[in-house]
Amino acid sequence: MAVRVLVRVEDLKKYYPVGGIFFSSKYVKAVDGISFEIYEGETLGLVGESGCGKTTTAKLILRLETPTSGRVLFDGMDVFKLKGKKLKDFRRLTGIVFQDPYTSLDPRMTVFDIIMEPIRVHKIEVGDPEQFVLKLLYDVGLNESHLYRYPHEFSGGQRQRIAIARVLALRPKFVVLDEPTSALDVSVQAQILNLLKDLQKKYGLTYLFISHNLAVVRYMSDRIAVMYLGKIVELGPSEEIFENPLHPYTRALISMIPVPDPFQARKRKKIVLPGEPPSPIDPPPGCRFHPRCPYAKSICREREPPLVEYSRGHYVACWLYS
Amino acid sequence: MGLRPIIEVKDLRVYFYTYAGVVKAVDGISFEIYEGETFCFVGETGCGKSITSRALTKLIEPPGRIVGGKILYYRDGKPIDILSLSEEEIRKIRGKEIAYIFQDPAAALDPLYTIGHHIGETMIDHGTVSKWKEALARAVQLLREVAIPAPEQRVKSYPHELSGGMKQRAVISIGLSNQPRLLIADEPTSYLDVSVQAQILDLLRELKKKKGLTLLLITHDMGVVAEMCDRVAVLYAGHIVEIGPVDRIFTNPLHPYTQALLRAVPNPLKRVLRLEPIQGTVPNLVNPPPGCRFHPRCPYAKSICREERPRMVEVEKGHKVACWIYAAR
Amino acid sequence: MSARLLDRVSDKLIDALVAVIGRVRPEWVKKNAYRVKEWKLMLYALNRSPIGLAGLVLAMGFVVIGIIGPYIAPHSYDFSYIAATGEYQKYFLAPPGTGGAILGTDDLGRDLLSQLLYGARISLMSVILVLPVGIAIGVILGLIAGYFGGLVDELIMRITDVFLAFPGLILALALSAALTSRIAYVIAHNQWLASFLCAVFALKPSDVLNIAPNLAIIIALWIVWWPGYARLVRGMTLQQKSNVFVMAAESLGMSSFQIMVKHILPNIIGPLLVFMTLDVGNVILVQAGLSFLMGAQIKIPDWGAIVQHGSQYLVNGAWWLVIFPGLAIMLAVLGWNLFGDALRDILDPRTRRSIEFR
Repeated sequence: MAVRVLVRVEDLKKYYPVGGIFFSSKYVKAVDGISFEIYEGETLGLVGESGCGKTTTAKLILRLETPTSGRVLFDGMDVFKLKGKKLKDFRRLTGIVFQDPYTSLDPRMTVFDIIMEPIRVHKIEVGDPEQFVLKLLYDVGLNESHLYRYPHEFSGGQRQRIAIARVLALRPKFVVLDEPTSALDVSVQAQILNLLKDLQKKYGLTYLFISHNLAVVRYMSDRIAVMYLGKIVELGPSEEIFENPLHPYTRALISMIPVPDPFQARKRKKIVLPGEPPSPIDPPPGCRFHPRCPYAKSICREREPPLVEYSRGHYVACWLYS
Repeated sequence: MGLRPIIEVKDLRVYFYTYAGVVKAVDGISFEIYEGETFCFVGETGCGKSITSRALTKLIEPPGRIVGGKILYYRDGKPIDILSLSEEEIRKIRGKEIAYIFQDPAAALDPLYTIGHHIGETMIDHGTVSKWKEALARAVQLLREVAIPAPEQRVKSYPHELSGGMKQRAVISIGLSNQPRLLIADEPTSYLDVSVQAQILDLLRELKKKKGLTLLLITHDMGVVAEMCDRVAVLYAGHIVEIGPVDRIFTNPLHPYTQALLRAVPNPLKRVLRLEPIQGTVPNLVNPPPGCRFHPRCPYAKSICREERPRMVEVEKGHKVACWIYAAR
Repeated sequence: MSARLLDRVSDKLIDALVAVIGRVRPEWVKKNAYRVKEWKLMLYALNRSPIGLAGLVLAMGFVVIGIIGPYIAPHSYDFSYIAATGEYQKYFLAPPGTGGAILGTDDLGRDLLSQLLYGARISLMSVILVLPVGIAIGVILGLIAGYFGGLVDELIMRITDVFLAFPGLILALALSAALTSRIAYVIAHNQWLASFLCAVFALKPSDVLNIAPNLAIIIALWIVWWPGYARLVRGMTLQQKSNVFVMAAESLGMSSFQIMVKHILPNIIGPLLVFMTLDVGNVILVQAGLSFLMGAQIKIPDWGAIVQHGSQYLVNGAWWLVIFPGLAIMLAVLGWNLFGDALRDILDPRTRRSIEFR
C-alpha cells in the first residue's frame, strides 16, 4: 500500500444556515470539524447513516461546495484556493460517480457525447474520438452498439457503467464514489463493484467510497472512516474495524446489519440503538452519540472526545479509550 | 405455528397491457402461506414479488390485470375464492383481515391529515369502532404498541412532523388497527437507515408474536430474509424458482439463481475476497426467454431448459425447486 | 386507417430532410439515427391526433396566408370599388357576394377579402417581431436567475415583477400616444427603414408612416412579453439544476455558461417550445385587441382595426365587417392553441407513446 498522501482534510466544517437568506441564528452543522488523509492508491470507505455528513464531505473535497472553515489539500495544493489553470487541472484529476443512475446522465445526450464531454471541456487531444470512446466502453463492459444511444435506453447498471466511463475519460487520479450501487439490484451491484476494483488496479486510482451499506464498504475499502452527525468517530483499516470495532456506534452498526446467514443471525447479539439519528441542527453537547450510547458516562455529556490513535492506524473518538 | 394454510395461490398470472406489448409480470406462480409464520418473497426488481402480494387482495390497477389462477384465503378453515369476490366484498377484507405496509412511509401518509386521523379513519371504515372518540383512544394505544414515544401528543401530529422511522411505525400501526390476520410488508425498511431498520424489524417480530399474526415479507435483502423469515420463496422474472424453509435455502440452495444470489451478496461479518456477479441482465418480460426464464444466465443450462419450463419438484421436505437439474424429464 | 397513410407521408418528409442534412454533414446521420426515429414517432403521434392535425392546418394556414396573402389578394388594400366603378349605392357597405366582393365591402367600398389577406401579413409580422425579442430577453434572464440563485435571482425576479405589473393595454395606448409621431419621424427620415417596413408589412410607400401606431404596439408588447418567459424559464432552470447531471458537469470543470447552454437549455426546450406555440395565439389576440382599441388611429388593414371600423356600421346591418375579421382572428388563434396542445403531448416522451397505442 502506498504511503503518499493524496488528499488531506484538515478540520473541515460546513454549516448551512436555516431559515431565510439574510437572518439566521440556527445552522445545520452538516460537517463539524473532520480531519483525515487518503493515501494514493487506496480505497477509503466513508460510512454513516443519513445526516452524518458523508455526502457533504465528498462534495467539499471536490470543491462542489465551499466550506465554512477548514482546508482540503489535494497533492499538496489547497483546493479552495485554486484558480484558473490549476483549478482546471484539479477538475481533470478528480471525478465523481453519483448514486442515482437515472438522473446523473443528461437525457438529451448520446453515450458518445456524454463520454466525450469532459474531453471537449478540457480540450484534450485524443486522436479519433470514436476509437477513444470505444476503448473506454470496452473497459467498462459495454460495446459499440451503445455508442449513439440515449441514457433512457439503458438499465441502471449500464448507466452506472457509462457514468464510470465518463469519469475515466480524463484519466483521473482520484475518484469519489457516492453510493454508486445503492440504487442497483444485488446481482448488478456485484458486477459494478468488481468493475470498480478492476479499474482501480488497472489505472492506479484512489477511491473515496461512500456508502451506508457496511457489507459493501467492507468489500471495497482498505480503510474505513465512520461518521456520526458531522464527525468522524472511528477510523482504521477495514479488517480491524470489523474484527475489533471500538466505538459503541461502530459496534452497534455492525451488529445491526442483517446478515445473509440464518444461523449467524440467530446466534449473534444485536445492539439495537434506541431513538433515531438526531438532526444536525442542534447536536447534543459533549459527545454527539451520548444520548443513544449504552456506555455513556457523565464526561460524555460534557466534553467532546478527541480522535486519538488507539493502535497503529486505528483511531477512535470515545471517552472509553482516552 | 400450525400447518393450516391461510393463503393458497395456484398458477397465478398477472399481465400488464402496455404500449411496449404485454408484460407477463407474474406468469404461473403457486405457493401457500401457513398461519402464524413469516413468509418471505425475495427477488430483484421486476421479479413480480410486489405484484403478487398486491394480487392477493386484487389490488391490481390497469394496465395490469389478473388473467388466470386461483387465490384462496382461508377464514376459520374455510377457503374463500378471492378472485370471485366483488369489489365491495374484497374491500371488507383489505385493510381488515389482510393489511399492507408499503415501502415509502412518506408516500403512504396524506400530509393533510394527522396520524390519529389516518388510524381512526381505517378503523371507522371497517367498523372496528363506531365513534371518533373511541377511534382516537385506540389510536393512542396503537401508537404506544409500536413504541412511538408520547403517543398522546403524537396522535395529533402531521406526517411531516415525524422522522422516517416514526412514519413507518405509524404506518405499521395503521396496518394493525383492525387486527388483521395477515400483514403484508412490502420492503418496509428499504428507505430507512440501518439503525432504524433494525428497530422496525424487531418491532415487526415482536408484534407478530404478540398478536399471532402471519407475516408476508417482501424484500430484496438476503440479510433481512435470514433474520426474519421461516419460509422463503425466491422469485425470478415472474416465476418462483425455489421455495423452502429459510435454513435449507441458505445451507442448501438448489436453484442456480438462488446459489448465484447468495454468492453475489457480501456478508459484512466475513472477509470476502471476490463477489461473484451473475452474468447478463434480467430478461425483458414482454418477450421472456422460452422454457426456463433463467437459462440465458445459468451456468448449467441444458437444451431442455431452453424448451420447456421446469416443473416444481420437492427435493427435501418442504423444499421445492423448479429446475431441470432436479426434475426428471 | 388514414393515420397510417399519413405516417408514410410524414416518414417521407423526414427521410427527405435527413437526406438533405446527409449531403451537408454525413456524420450527423449516423450519430442521430435514434433521434430521427424519435422525430418519426412524434409525427406518428401527431397523425393520430385529429385535433392536433386540424390545429396544424390552421396554424400553417395562418403562416402561409400571412406570407402570400398580399400576393393573392384580388385587390390592393386601399382599392375602392366605389372609386373604381362610381357605383356608390352598390358598393357602400355591400354584403358578401356583391359584384366581385366575395366577403363584401366597407364604408369606403374597399374589398374586405383583400383587407383580410393584407391583415394576415400584418398579424404575422407582429408575431415575428414581438415573440423572438420577448423570448430572447426572458430566456436569458430566466436562465441566469435560475442558475445562479441568491442575490442575482432576487434582483432579476423583482425587476420581472415590476414589469409584470405593467398593464399592457394602458402601456400600449400611452406609448402609441407618446411615440407615434416620433416613430413616424424616424421612418420619414430613414429611407432604408421605410423600404424595409414597406416590404415586410406589404404596404404602399405612401402609407408607411401609418405603420407607426402598430410599431408602438409592438414596442409595448416587447416590454410586457418577456417577464412571462423569464419566470417560466427560471422555474424550469431550477428544476433542471436539481438533476445530478448538472452537478456532474460542474465536477468536470464546465463553466456556468457552458452548463446553461449545453445542459439546461436543451432540457427545457421541449416545454418551452410548447409554451411558445401557445403564445403565438396570445400575441395575435393581444395585438388584434390593441389595434381594435386604437382603431381610430390605425389606417392600415390590421384585423383588429378592421373590426373596430366595421363595428360602427353594425347598426347598418353590415355584420360581415365584424364577423369575418373576427373569424380570421379566431381561427388563427385556435389553430395555434390546438397545435400547441398536441405538441405538448408529442414532445413529452411518455405521453407520446401512450398516444401511439390508443
